[in-house]
Amino acid sequence: MIRLIALLMLLALPAAAQDTPRGGLEAAERFGPATAATVLRLRTTTDIDVLGPAIAAFTAARPGLAVEFEQWGSNALYDAARADCAAGRAGADALLSSAVDQLVELVNLGCAQPWRSGATLALPEARRWRDELWGLTREPAVILYNRRLVPPEDVPRSRFDLLDLMRRDDHRYQGRIATYDIEASGLGYLFAFADSLEATSFGAALEGFARAGAVATCCSAEIIEGVSQGRWLIAYNVLGSYAAARPAPEVGVIAPEDYTLILTRAYMIPRAAAAPGPAAELLDFLLGAEGQRLMAARGLILDPDRGNSGEAESTERPIRIGPALLVARDAEKRRAFIRRWRETFPRPTP
Amino acid sequence: MTEAALTPASRSLKSRVVTGVLSLLLVGGLVVALAAFAYGRQAARAAYDRLLLGAANDIAETIQINDGVPAVDLPVSAFQLLALAPDDRIFYAVRDAAGRLITGLAGDLPQAASTPRAGAEARFFDDRFGPERARFVTVPRRFAERDYSGTIYVTVGQTLRAREAMALGLTRDALIVAGFAGVVLLVLGLVLVDRALGPLDAIARDLSARDPHDLTPMPTGVPAEMAVVIGAMNRFMGRLERQVEAMRNLISDTAHQLRTPVAALRVQAELAAEEPDPARARAMAARIARRSRALGDLLDQMLARALVIHRSDAARRAAVDLREVALGVIEAGDHELIAPGREVALAIGESPVEVMGDALSLSEAAKNLLVNALRHGAGRVEVGAGLEGGRAVLWVRDTGPGPGAEVLGRIGARFERNAAARGTSAGLGLSIARAVAEACGGTLALDPGPAGFRAALILPPLPEEAP
Repeated sequence: MIRLIALLMLLALPAAAQDTPRGGLEAAERFGPATAATVLRLRTTTDIDVLGPAIAAFTAARPGLAVEFEQWGSNALYDAARADCAAGRAGADALLSSAVDQLVELVNLGCAQPWRSGATLALPEARRWRDELWGLTREPAVILYNRRLVPPEDVPRSRFDLLDLMRRDDHRYQGRIATYDIEASGLGYLFAFADSLEATSFGAALEGFARAGAVATCCSAEIIEGVSQGRWLIAYNVLGSYAAARPAPEVGVIAPEDYTLILTRAYMIPRAAAAPGPAAELLDFLLGAEGQRLMAARGLILDPDRGNSGEAESTERPIRIGPALLVARDAEKRRAFIRRWRETFPRPTP
Repeated sequence: MTEAALTPASRSLKSRVVTGVLSLLLVGGLVVALAAFAYGRQAARAAYDRLLLGAANDIAETIQINDGVPAVDLPVSAFQLLALAPDDRIFYAVRDAAGRLITGLAGDLPQAASTPRAGAEARFFDDRFGPERARFVTVPRRFAERDYSGTIYVTVGQTLRAREAMALGLTRDALIVAGFAGVVLLVLGLVLVDRALGPLDAIARDLSARDPHDLTPMPTGVPAEMAVVIGAMNRFMGRLERQVEAMRNLISDTAHQLRTPVAALRVQAELAAEEPDPARARAMAARIARRSRALGDLLDQMLARALVIHRSDAARRAAVDLREVALGVIEAGDHELIAPGREVALAIGESPVEVMGDALSLSEAAKNLLVNALRHGAGRVEVGAGLEGGRAVLWVRDTGPGPGAEVLGRIGARFERNAAARGTSAGLGLSIARAVAEACGGTLALDPGPAGFRAALILPPLPEEAP
């Protein structure tokens, strides 16, 4: 019966989704020996050069195991995983995505399989759900600014400072503040949505962006580059790990003092995974001391010491992995949210 | 070695009671577990159904009609409410009356949720959500706006992990409490059993400490259940006591009664042996012969009496027809030896006169009464049996006046000192008759009357058997 429904659903899906869409693949690399008996297919939104060292360390200790590292865009990764789940097809063996809400939805649809170990059970509640989804990293959403062009007294330490800057009459920042285009960037949408839940100042922020003629753009790399080159003076809600991965002397990084959103990349083992055992092994490795150290070296894990130093502790707002993120995935909600956002950031004319 | 140690004792009362209490607790524990699980499931269902309904109402609240199109601003609070069951997957769908999806999870609808039914009430149902079982609620919200009229259905569902965890938790808690209660009850039960069986130990101690010759009754201040045993034991010891007493009496009576006449006989025999005058010697021998005959009679009666008293405690009782006893006494023909020529008649009726008793003892009593009448009475002697005023009576009557008041007053004494000396034993005969009457639960009645003297055993009759 369930198979029948799944089949019907499959037929109802657009033709493009019937086969695993390969269009989302951005880069791929194989770690481990070519003759390995077992191959673990890891599909992730994380760049190979960021996560690569950890994966290399993982395969180095396991001679019979190779990891097929696939770097995907988050939406394509979600579409592929959902299609695989509906078809009961073995796609990837492990998913690691920064679009946490998408993976929450996959888990909610019953597309994941559970795994319990000492490492997963040691995670705080905000970073695991149903023992089927785990948050591996701690990455802050930060404000970037150009050190050269923004005078020290103007550097915004919090959202309120940013609001004040945007309301200034000297038009110094007019058109020179950037943030993610939430329609194009799943991560931008997630941050904006979390902001709307977190603070009543979100409406004021939108208004401020509108006044300052803020620019919405799609990609982390583009934003960081823009700030570095002085095209934009300030960028709001940029994933801190990207800034850390592309160090540029001109770019200053601020964790907002009113509150800092903390994203955790989510790891999931699909229900139909061909190699769930190695996938669980990789999970335990990445949660273990060595995996965490290697990821921290690439800026994926916010130094926990910062969290322990006085007031900073109370300003961290982790984006909790849990069913509340389903609201962000709701089509109607998303439409309404984007409509509201579009009033501030008109669709860029191509 | 004691006798008790030789026969293996059957299971002790204490172990029986403990086994009983244990099995009671086990059965009780099982019942408690089942009841707790049923209750836990019900409680969990009630609690989480409320969450579900709250979330559905929350979502229904946010439905708005914008330009004739229903729109839902999905509230985070509804999902935070559902997230109180932290590990459960959530289904939600908002549909219009035609079943078109306004928002929610599209392709993964359970069957029942995809076909909303008309109704004004929230409706709960169970279905599958993907691979798991789940609980759903559908809440209708009616709109009667200028540009939109119809019912919109909000369906919210959730898998059952939290419910099951709660039900199991409640069951486990109940079982822990029940387990503690069980242990406490068991300990209390042991203490109570120990105390309840305390009197048994006291009785055992009393019996062990008792002198072998001590046949006095045991103290009866014991629980009712034990009183039965103690009563039976006391009755048994009473019988034993009477037997021993009777034996002692027989020995002492015999010694007492026989010593004097035997001494007299010896003296007379010695005198007779030395008597030179043959005529006097013959007369003396005749007297010795008479004396020794009387002594023989006395001995007979004493043995008979001992026999009667022994049998009154020892012999099994049976239904005896008193007419047959009377007939048997006459047919034995003893009277023809004792008093040849005396007229002896039988006076019995048609219907049986039955009592519970020992036929031999009753015969002995009747024989003694008859011998008394023949020896001490006068005229015609009648032996009879019949029912008088609801009592069974076995009697012997002569036409004489009966013994003097002095003799009657002594009836019942065990023996008469002078009986043997006088060569008579009327008192002893009556005493036998009386003992038999009392052994059968009746009395001995002696009635000197104008028609003659009547001695009667008045006994309780055997109840008429139901036809």
